[in-house]
Amino acid sequence: MAGSYTSREQIEVYRFSAPVAIAVPLLAIFLQAFLPRWLPFFATYIDLPLLVVIFFAMARRSQMAGLLTGVCVGLVQDALTQHPLGVYGISKTVVGYGASSLGVKLDVESVATRLLVTTGFYVVHQVIYFTVVRALVGLNLAWSWQRELGSAAANAILGIVVFALLDRVKQRA
Amino acid sequence: MGRYRNVSILAAAIFIQIVGLAIQVKRPAENKSSRLIRVWAVGTVTPLEKAIVRLETGTTYIWHNYFYLRGVRQRNRELEAQLQQLELEQVRLRQDAEQARRLQVLVRFKEQFIEQTLATQVIGASGSEQSRIIYLDKGSADGLQPDMAVISADGIVGKVIQVFRHTAQVLLINDQTSGVGTILEQSRLQGVLRGKPSGELALDNVMAEEEVKTGERLLTSGGDQIFPKGLPVGTIASVSRAGEFLRVKVRPAAALNHLEEVLVITSKQTREPALSAAASVRAADILAERLPSVPDKPESQTSASAEPGTGNRKTAASSSAQGDARNPAKPRSSAAAQGQAGQTALASDPAQPSASPARPEKRTAPATGKPAATRTEALPQPRTSGDIPQ
Repeated sequence: MAGSYTSREQIEVYRFSAPVAIAVPLLAIFLQAFLPRWLPFFATYIDLPLLVVIFFAMARRSQMAGLLTGVCVGLVQDALTQHPLGVYGISKTVVGYGASSLGVKLDVESVATRLLVTTGFYVVHQVIYFTVVRALVGLNLAWSWQRELGSAAANAILGIVVFALLDRVKQRA
Repeated sequence: MGRYRNVSILAAAIFIQIVGLAIQVKRPAENKSSRLIRVWAVGTVTPLEKAIVRLETGTTYIWHNYFYLRGVRQRNRELEAQLQQLELEQVRLRQDAEQARRLQVLVRFKEQFIEQTLATQVIGASGSEQSRIIYLDKGSADGLQPDMAVISADGIVGKVIQVFRHTAQVLLINDQTSGVGTILEQSRLQGVLRGKPSGELALDNVMAEEEVKTGERLLTSGGDQIFPKGLPVGTIASVSRAGEFLRVKVRPAAALNHLEEVLVITSKQTREPALSAAASVRAADILAERLPSVPDKPESQTSASAEPGTGNRKTAASSSAQGDARNPAKPRSSAAAQGQAGQTALASDPAQPSASPARPEKRTAPATGKPAATRTEALPQPRTSGDIPQ
């Protein structure tokens, strides 16, 4: 089908229609920017675009598609901040690539796997983000394992709900 | 080679972004390429935000103004009583301000005045904890420019950093890249207020020997050339010693996490304060304005009422006439507004300005003949004679 992504892997691979592939990441970025108006903690603990990147990358099971999704979502997210473009871009590129690579080897349909994978990739994302921000942008950020693990758990739990919703829009390739 | 194709592409993607990042960090002012991506991203996200915020505002407005009106009468009565007290207070403060202006003129003191502001709505944020910015629903088309100060009713909020056609990006004062020139209200100690990565505010580089009290108010000093002097910033939340310096945490005056409407200062003016040309209004004038006024009289009684001994008496309202002549734009009570010119003999009072014969300012008693001045007992009275500046 034109405008959709497919994988050449022999395992169960999913694709998404072009409108879904564009609208869902944009909706996630929109909610990430809009919800803190009512829920100030949202920007502190939740990264909805990251959940979408992980889901799309794992479902497509294509490293190139995962990488591309990560680059695009990350750069748009960067564009909404005052920081240079590329901070979120680099972090989400790595996560998108990693999630799709892992999706090839794991059964990513089970809740337990999704919990673990989301927690792990959230921490990876934050480590890369902090490294880039401190080393390249020069901002002084304080790393707190306690807070990052708490946020990782919160994102993993929200991820279960988000992934269940997004399961409805994926199509078997 | 094909085995490493994906890894190579990953490395290339990261390398390109690192190079781009380095260029943006090295030459932030010259880099226009990222501007296009930002315009696209903001242009994609903000229209939906704007639409939802407007829908929410409209719904709230209709609910609060047409349906949910419980307790409005009682609240109105309370506010009217409060307004009366504040009017008296205002007279006193106005005289203090006049005195301060006279002193400023003597020392040729120059200060910045807020000349024009633009009310805007907050429609969104960056969505990142490390980037404490908000988006406004107005942009360059509405006259916004970078480096304009943004304030709320409670205190300063931030400054405009990027302006798009119909949207503007505001850096909040609690972002770690933000800095505001401030001064403590009592001790007059100056310092730079900075945001911390956690979103807290702190006063930087205050020497340990300085005395900073918890609870003291912090105001803008005007030194940053963004915020005019004297705007509320916050209060000192805690003070602790950290080596040679003090660690001073500040609680912001504005609710930075719950901003809905803000004002952008679109125009400032630096000038020497000028003395007000108009004479000051006395508290007695304010009291006199509240005296009851005369209801409309039939035409047949008009001539009779002009004769002496009909119950029309000169009251404290004579000074009210002076007050009105000085403030012609000020709305009058209903009876006075109906233009009862010539209704009373007191219209020829020598205290009445001759330039405004059509303004009948004398209040007379109703048909009962009771002097209106007796009503002043029911009005809020100053606690001491010194409360009313004369």
